[in-house]
Amino acid sequence: MLDGFTAEILARVQFAFTISFHIIFPAFSIGLASYLAVLNALWLWKRDETYLNLFNYWKKIFAVAFGMGVVSGIVMSYQIGTNWSVFSDKAGPVVGPLMAYEVLSAFFLEAGFLGIMLFGRKRVGDGLHMFATALVALGTLASATWILSVNSWMQTPAGFSMNDLGQFIPEGWWAIVFNPSFPYRLVHMVLAAYLTTALVVGAVGGLHLLRDQANAAARRMFSMAMWMLVVVTPLQIFAGDLHGLNTLEHQPVKIMAMEGHYDSHPDGAPLILFGIPNAEEKRIDYAVQIPKLSSLILKHDLNAPLDGLDTIPEEDQPPVAIVFWSFRIMIALGFAMLGLGLWAAFARVRGRLYDAPMLHRLALLMGPTGFMAVLAGWITTEVGRQPFTVYGLLRTSDSLAPVAAPAVAASLMAFIVVYFFVFGAGTWYIVSMMRKPVADHVLEDERDIAQGDGPVLAVGEEAAVRNSPKES
Amino acid sequence: MLGLELSFIWAGIIAGAVLIYVILDGFDLGVGLLFPMTKDEGERNVMMNSVAPIWDGNETWLVLGGGGLFAVFPLAYAVVMPALYMPIILMLLGLIFRGVAFEYRWRTKRWKPLWDMAFFGGSLVASFCQGIALGALVQGIEIEGRAYAGGWWDWLTPFSILTGVAVTVGYALLGATWLNMKLEGRIQQHMRRLAWPLALATLVFMALVSLWTPFKDAVYFERWFAWPTSLFSGVVPLLVALAAFGMLRGLQRKGDKQPFFCALALFVLGFIGIGISFYPHIVPPSLTIAEAAAPDESLIFTLVGTLILLPIILTYTAYAYWVFRGKVDPEEGYH
Repeated sequence: MLDGFTAEILARVQFAFTISFHIIFPAFSIGLASYLAVLNALWLWKRDETYLNLFNYWKKIFAVAFGMGVVSGIVMSYQIGTNWSVFSDKAGPVVGPLMAYEVLSAFFLEAGFLGIMLFGRKRVGDGLHMFATALVALGTLASATWILSVNSWMQTPAGFSMNDLGQFIPEGWWAIVFNPSFPYRLVHMVLAAYLTTALVVGAVGGLHLLRDQANAAARRMFSMAMWMLVVVTPLQIFAGDLHGLNTLEHQPVKIMAMEGHYDSHPDGAPLILFGIPNAEEKRIDYAVQIPKLSSLILKHDLNAPLDGLDTIPEEDQPPVAIVFWSFRIMIALGFAMLGLGLWAAFARVRGRLYDAPMLHRLALLMGPTGFMAVLAGWITTEVGRQPFTVYGLLRTSDSLAPVAAPAVAASLMAFIVVYFFVFGAGTWYIVSMMRKPVADHVLEDERDIAQGDGPVLAVGEEAAVRNSPKES
Repeated sequence: MLGLELSFIWAGIIAGAVLIYVILDGFDLGVGLLFPMTKDEGERNVMMNSVAPIWDGNETWLVLGGGGLFAVFPLAYAVVMPALYMPIILMLLGLIFRGVAFEYRWRTKRWKPLWDMAFFGGSLVASFCQGIALGALVQGIEIEGRAYAGGWWDWLTPFSILTGVAVTVGYALLGATWLNMKLEGRIQQHMRRLAWPLALATLVFMALVSLWTPFKDAVYFERWFAWPTSLFSGVVPLLVALAAFGMLRGLQRKGDKQPFFCALALFVLGFIGIGISFYPHIVPPSLTIAEAAAPDESLIFTLVGTLILLPIILTYTAYAYWVFRGKVDPEEGYH
């Protein structure tokens, strides 16, 4: 079935496939971990049971998403070696330590305290449970920080020299970790994770408001999610713009592909809104464009010259069509999110946030758009830096392991079958949990209510006694 | 000189991480291996709940093993991963199935048997592949220049199959003694009974692997039987005998903790035995620890953080185990 493909193409498809699946889970769990920490803190502070119910509701969803993130992440840490061993040997001295720090400072933190967060409230008490919940959230953010530093270094390498073997030798760790694109990429990704979570929470809130406008938990989560959207989306658009300017400075070829600029524009480049990239003729067919706007956005000057792909050797160009389209999808989704946030803010001002079925339907519809935007953004940045793994220095074709095509093809097929089956099932379970209203969910597990100042305190005390660890 | 010492410190840290992984995930993979031993729903639930709060932390040591190797011995990582391509990929797929089963099986009634199977099957494949990987490393990996030079099936030999079975049986023993410690009632007795044949099988396989290994390579033979290393390699089997005696005695007296900790000791001793054979290589027969090490800058930078973070990690990992100490309550769990 996959005959006729080279090992390189197969290995690239495999990495793209496994990492695309993987990023979905952290994009959700980074935001959700922070949301859970906020919910738990609000519960402890205000003792309003709605917060506790919401915490318990999202906690179970988090557990499933986090589990999928863990197992798909283990694959990533080994796949760099199995399929890209030459890259590992050459770039390992620089990126390896950053990944080791990720494991030491983030993965262990998350894993060590996840059990206490999920199972341990009664065993350790509210205070330590809050501490564990906050550390899990901190762990997800620390993990994002390190891995984005690695990715950014591969995009904008700094702080290294090269030895005779072609290995990258670290010269300054500060320069490596805080390489030129890292701060922009980190902020852009963390905000994306928060938006993704807000959209999912908003969709679930919207769904339950459509069923019952009086549902207190649904109101609370919808309100929180819409606040998040209206505040964070403008920040994200601003951060994205800064990230783009940074890319123009360090990876101008990527910007050329994103903009669809096959030709140089000595006196002001147009902003191409839509069109169909034609790789053979090297032009954008049926382009709908606004003259000089691209120069205005990128250079803040209508007449600033912008180079096009005609100034770049063919073998150093990324595939334009993929980058061009994925970038536009991300932008369009971003503005749709802004629209949803503004509509919700408008409804809130008019006092009709919970009485706006059309708004709730839109929020429900837009539930998955955060994931789509994250994927589109990653495709833009990763395909846009081709044909290099370490930008400008190490080609993708020179990074490959000495693997035989049939071995890669077989493992690729296995990953595709297993991922669709396993993560398809997981997604199904998450969606079924989300379809249940919050109240029902908590009633299933009485002891969780009982554990607070709820109406069944006596039962709670009994359970606490029963659950206290028995020494053998 | 400094670099040489650093690389040896690092070899020790990586070996330590792998050992911690083997004994921690060993018992929780073992719980998966023993899952089909009972059909009772309640018993399966407590079996899984005995490891549910800690399995994720256990598996993180595997990520540290891989990530640490990548960081400080990138050449070893670059050579071993392609050489063990198939067992590694299969192990990862196995870990996926068993990892998601922890949550999935509570989310469905109709498909619960499927995820129970996934928990068992994934644990089996992961355990067996880890054993295969061990055997493939011991029998040696062919290197040319800075890359793996062998074929795609080189890892598959009678010896690696033997180590695959040995590790699987050993993990099942760890699982059985862990469950004996953590559970009560009928299931505990069941696991204690199972621990007997598993213990004997583990000892037989340890003996087989130990006897075969010195004949795989003259270097191993020399290390085990030549003076003065033979002195040390003579001590290890003695300690193995002691640990085995302690375990069987503990099982006989129906002890809770002794069989488990003696089984752990068996694994530690087996690991030390392998370490004696390997040293000073990181990938036998030709790649040494010093050759595979990353430049000093990488070793120092990573070491600073490791020396600070590793004790903290061990502390809160121990705390997490302490929080969930004692027998598993069948009523507990958040599901």
